[in-house]
Amino acid sequence: MRMQTNRTNRKKWCVLAALSLAFTCVDAQWLIAETVVVKGKHIHTVSGKSIENGVIVCVDGKIVSIGEAAGVAIPEGAKVLEAEVVVPGLIDVRSSVGLSGILNVDHDSDHLEASAPLQPELRAIDAYNAREELVEYVRGFGVTTVHTGHAPGELISGQTLIAKTHGGTVEEALLIDGRAVCATIAESSQKSGKQSPGTRGKQMSMLRSLLVEAVEYRTKLAKAAEKAQTKTTGDAEPSDEKNESKPADAAEIARNLKLEALVAVLDGKKALLITADRAQDIASALRLGEEFGIRIWLDSAAEAHQLLPQIKKAGVPVLLHPTMARASGERENITFRSAALLKEEGIPFAIESGFEAYVPKVRVVLFEAAVAAAHGLSKESALESITLAPAKILGISDRVGSIEVGKDADLALYDGDPLEYTTHCVGVVIDGKLFAGESR
Amino acid sequence: MHRRHWLGLAAIAPMVALESRIARIGVALPSNAAESTAWVNARIVTAAGPVIERGVLIVQGRSILAVGSSDQVQVPAGVKTIDVAGKWIVPGLVCTHSHVGGVGAADGSAPIQPGVRILDSINVKESGFKRALAGGLTTLNIMPGSGHLISGQTVYCKLRYAGRGPSTIDDILIRDADGQPLGGLKMANGTNSQGDAPFPGTRGKSAFLVREQYIKAREYHAKVVAAKGDADKLPPRDLHLESLVEAMQGKRIVHHHTHRHDDIITVLRLSQEFGFRVVLHHVSEGWKVAKEIAAAKVPCSVIVIDSPGGKLEARDMTFKNGRVLDEAGVRVAFHTDDWITDSRVFNRSAALAVRAGMNRDRAIEALTIAGAEMLGLEHRIGSLAPAKDADFAILSGDLFSVYTRVLETWVEGQKAFDLSDPDDALYAEGGQGAGFELNPYLCCFGQSWQSGGAK
Repeated sequence: MRMQTNRTNRKKWCVLAALSLAFTCVDAQWLIAETVVVKGKHIHTVSGKSIENGVIVCVDGKIVSIGEAAGVAIPEGAKVLEAEVVVPGLIDVRSSVGLSGILNVDHDSDHLEASAPLQPELRAIDAYNAREELVEYVRGFGVTTVHTGHAPGELISGQTLIAKTHGGTVEEALLIDGRAVCATIAESSQKSGKQSPGTRGKQMSMLRSLLVEAVEYRTKLAKAAEKAQTKTTGDAEPSDEKNESKPADAAEIARNLKLEALVAVLDGKKALLITADRAQDIASALRLGEEFGIRIWLDSAAEAHQLLPQIKKAGVPVLLHPTMARASGERENITFRSAALLKEEGIPFAIESGFEAYVPKVRVVLFEAAVAAAHGLSKESALESITLAPAKILGISDRVGSIEVGKDADLALYDGDPLEYTTHCVGVVIDGKLFAGESR
Repeated sequence: MHRRHWLGLAAIAPMVALESRIARIGVALPSNAAESTAWVNARIVTAAGPVIERGVLIVQGRSILAVGSSDQVQVPAGVKTIDVAGKWIVPGLVCTHSHVGGVGAADGSAPIQPGVRILDSINVKESGFKRALAGGLTTLNIMPGSGHLISGQTVYCKLRYAGRGPSTIDDILIRDADGQPLGGLKMANGTNSQGDAPFPGTRGKSAFLVREQYIKAREYHAKVVAAKGDADKLPPRDLHLESLVEAMQGKRIVHHHTHRHDDIITVLRLSQEFGFRVVLHHVSEGWKVAKEIAAAKVPCSVIVIDSPGGKLEARDMTFKNGRVLDEAGVRVAFHTDDWITDSRVFNRSAALAVRAGMNRDRAIEALTIAGAEMLGLEHRIGSLAPAKDADFAILSGDLFSVYTRVLETWVEGQKAFDLSDPDDALYAEGGQGAGFELNPYLCCFGQSWQSGGAK
């Protein structure tokens, strides 16, 4: 068994010691309560081979051992779960759950602020409701991690975060804040009348202008930081102003939260998630990424099938529209085969629940991947598209996305093929804690 | 099921049944075996009895000639035979609630417009029809939206898209013995049909406005009856009231959008007061008042949505709705509400109900014969039985499996969809040209449909 952290390592051996040698560890009782064992007839690790009649041992929220039943010692006193099929906790690569509430009224709708077209400064952490019913709802089908935040519909609508689907506050749920800034290049983010943006050309002009502004802001910040650094080290060229300067020149530049968010994009700390469905808008998104050398995540991308070589060449991953998204408006040319086509082309992708203005108020990525599996995507790839693939795109594959020793104890348990319509999610494990599966 | 009785007589007995049907439907049927086709070795779901493991389906012209197990049904010599071993044959699916065709009936001028006909608004070239066929659907009740108390007359359509397909709406209508197009009447209560004046602002006002119109229609009809055909005594024709009279006479089934438990009960109350035959649609909270619905002997056409909510009155929507209603003795069908759910995965609605414990046979009926009953068309469609319309789909496997594909859809003996034909596959899979450029007109969401919910 390879251990991820010393802390986990120490505690685990403490537990084993407590159990096998009747040695009393100070917090042994607490540790035992944190030990969860999941037995599965079929365990799909996703990262490696599937295991038949396998066992997963989770201690203190992490996976500490995996193997065939015969080869894995089950700690005494551990809580033991059994299921026909066990897979990694599912990851929704792009959602608005927690911001866009079940009732769809002002009171619970915080996914889209329409007062201005460019608001990258809006943080998802200030809007995410960890107790939103729909978060619990998707968890019931096995979703343990969501990349969620501001919805499409404004040129730049705000930021996203990554959360586990548990916890009473956003802080408890949070994995990463500010993972991406969301842009939309589409008719849906255009304004009517004399407001901007009213055209595709204007949309791109506004995006480019703001990014140019961010580049200049970053340069100013860098210069100020350099200057401050110079003073601190005191070995720069002599200057008459030296003694009059304040300790940190960077502070002389007024903070600009809007541009700070985009500087993070320029620095590669945040991705620019661009929702675009029409081929021409997808092309614009790629053009923008190339011009500014920024990391683009292509979102929705109903007409990606028209531009597969271009997307592949750009090295841009696709947060793919729900398979069952409606074939209308800008998605009129959508296909059930999108996922299969991206897979064949070798483009990294993950299937998202996306955003729905009406119903279903939240989609379930499990269902969307299932329909993709009925239209050319292999079952294995379908499962990967809602586990390890999104983890890799989101940059969290060190923590989640597969069943591996050292990763978070996030598991989804089913009584049959998880993709099948009539199968049930019978339990969910997040950070080693147990949650109920779907209600029936 | 009387299959065993006539099957012993091979193809003779059914022919008698067919002859008796000719006058009623007005369709000439070929009597010679060479114009018949037999599908053999299929797993046949008739929706009229037990599943037939190795079944035979014989179609002659527009109708089913025979259906039964291969032990019982002999394929007459000369009949074209197609071996579909390993495949399933199911009745053409019936959707009791669809919006394909880019439809719109009542406009924003008033909340009650029963004289407006949806059939005057349908674009038969809209790709939604092709997608419906790709889902194995053969009959649709095309309805106006739910943004009105009464939004107009619905129309029952057969997807006669074989060959070059329909030119006009006339080609897909289902007609009665007199040649009149068949359809129902769309009503709604709850929040969708509320709004600024002249629309009602409360549930009490909604019910009042509806009652007022039905009472007017009753009085109108009394005058018509009293006139005994005397043109001088007849009241001026009123298309709106005529439509309500038809509903009260049972000629036009009321298809009533309703979600919340108390709204459902209000529909039952109005239906009893005015004696209109009603089907409850969506019924998100039907599971809360299943006993009451069962006692009223009113059927339910249930919508299945992937998650609850989207609006207050749908927050308690659940996959178990179909099961609970069925177990309470309520007749249950499902519907697509296309564009709300995609007709190509209509089977999924029933499958998700099975996931929540609904009996599989009843779930099959809920996609077929139960829907036919709710349109008053059960004598013609909805199950595979001799003399019924030859509407069926050939599936690659289990109707309730995600991996199952609709291979072919047949409407009145004609192949209207074939997955192996690239032109049809485009609509089954989607892709360039498969969709519809306009966003759907639903009821009350307008521009917010895509950007939705912006403050």
